[in-house]
Amino acid sequence: MPSPRYWREVPSRLRLEASKCKDCGRVSYPTRRLCPSCRSANLEPVTLSRKGRVVTSTVIHVAPAAFTMAAPYAMAIVETPEKARLMVQVVDCDPATVQPGTAVALEFRRIRKEGRSGILCYGYKGVPLD
Amino acid sequence: MRDVAIISAGMGSFGELWGLSLRDVFAEAALQAIEGAHVDHLDAIYVGNMAGGGFVGQEHIGPLLADRIGMSGVPATRVESACASGGTALRCAFFEVASGASDLVLASGVEKMTDGADVTEVLAMAADQELEAYHGVTFPGLYAMIARAHMEAFGTTEEDLAWVAVKNHRHGARNPKAQFHREVTLEQVMGSALVAAPLRLLHCSPVSDGAAAVILCPLEQAKKYTDRPVRILGSGAATAPMALADRDELAFLGAVQTAAERAYKMAGVGPSAIQVAEVHDCFAIAEICCIEALGFVEKGRGGAAAKSGLTALGGKIPVNTSGGLKSKGHPVGATGIAQAIEIFEQLRDEAGERQVKGARIGLAQNMGGSGASSVVHIFGRA
Repeated sequence: MPSPRYWREVPSRLRLEASKCKDCGRVSYPTRRLCPSCRSANLEPVTLSRKGRVVTSTVIHVAPAAFTMAAPYAMAIVETPEKARLMVQVVDCDPATVQPGTAVALEFRRIRKEGRSGILCYGYKGVPLD
Repeated sequence: MRDVAIISAGMGSFGELWGLSLRDVFAEAALQAIEGAHVDHLDAIYVGNMAGGGFVGQEHIGPLLADRIGMSGVPATRVESACASGGTALRCAFFEVASGASDLVLASGVEKMTDGADVTEVLAMAADQELEAYHGVTFPGLYAMIARAHMEAFGTTEEDLAWVAVKNHRHGARNPKAQFHREVTLEQVMGSALVAAPLRLLHCSPVSDGAAAVILCPLEQAKKYTDRPVRILGSGAATAPMALADRDELAFLGAVQTAAERAYKMAGVGPSAIQVAEVHDCFAIAEICCIEALGFVEKGRGGAAAKSGLTALGGKIPVNTSGGLKSKGHPVGATGIAQAIEIFEQLRDEAGERQVKGARIGLAQNMGGSGASSVVHIFGRA
């Protein structure tokens, strides 16, 4: 990943910055110029809580090249208390136990690395709370 | 708008075609279509292709492919909407003829997937790069999440998923052009390796090379070229949020429903009029969600359709008589055109062992990504 792109995505990826529509209340992650529900431009910044609940999940057995060493690993769409939804890996557990309803903390982790001259890419992963 | 008809079709066998390049595969299908219609010129060419750049390092394929079929000079446009590229190319060609701008237009699709590229990586380019692919999700993974949401919401089972594969292989075993020209048992599907739980290998469409092409002209000129033209009654397209996490409903394909509503409206028919359909079963769960979104069954009831025989040959609404993406193969850019060809053949009584007797109206539904784009066409005997 080119470093300008990585840098550009820091506010959403590393700081979990989102936007909330002041008209309809919809929370969008990452931030947007327009609310995708009502097209209002009247948005305010919100920072997402570092926790949430699994809405749906899978266990990836056949992984992309950058993740083959991690397979099998769980992935989930997690909904935060602000009603934002994020796609994350869920780790530090038996991947088969990650199911709809599972409560997770969102922890700052390394997501991928890009060989000898590439950069280390960070972000959030889910860790079951129970 | 003018009424539009398909007058001929061309398609080779789908599969791992190591002896053929992107341009060879395309030329075989396109020349078959041109010869079938006995035309000596074209006014325009549309080529659906998802990832010539990613799969074989070749972009700008419009002029390249026009030249390969002796049509250099003709306007040729590559159309991309991930796995809905073929259906989108058909839609572009349809409107070009309907508008009166052109009389003879080739609508085609091609994909060469087995030339050594990392297919999982290239296909993942059709997911949201920043929000999905970055974190390591794959396309089977995205559809697995849809499957789990469907199971959670409606009680759909792994066996329901497996029956879709069993049915489509049964159909594909009767299609000489299918990549997997054979049946599979429920036990084989349920016992195949996990790709992305709960989806197993035999719930997934394969990696394929292939091309497909049809020729369109105004309905009033169609009899010059063929005794049995097939009319395009309606065309609908729609989009949904790209990232699965941004959709209001995870177990329902809204873009498919909206595209279908638009196509039904243009055609002046509803779901109950459809006698044969090709739907985008890139994964077994996709067929279940698509038949719900198309209105063939109630929302949440798609799981039982394959096992009960509703969507099998001989059932009330046979779905994927070609074998579907699962058995016929899924060269992504070609799929939308290949679906239209199956309906074209069905409506001309040319489907052989797969023939749905007396079919007069059929539908083809093509879809991109995890359902972020969809195109639906409705066809009728002219």
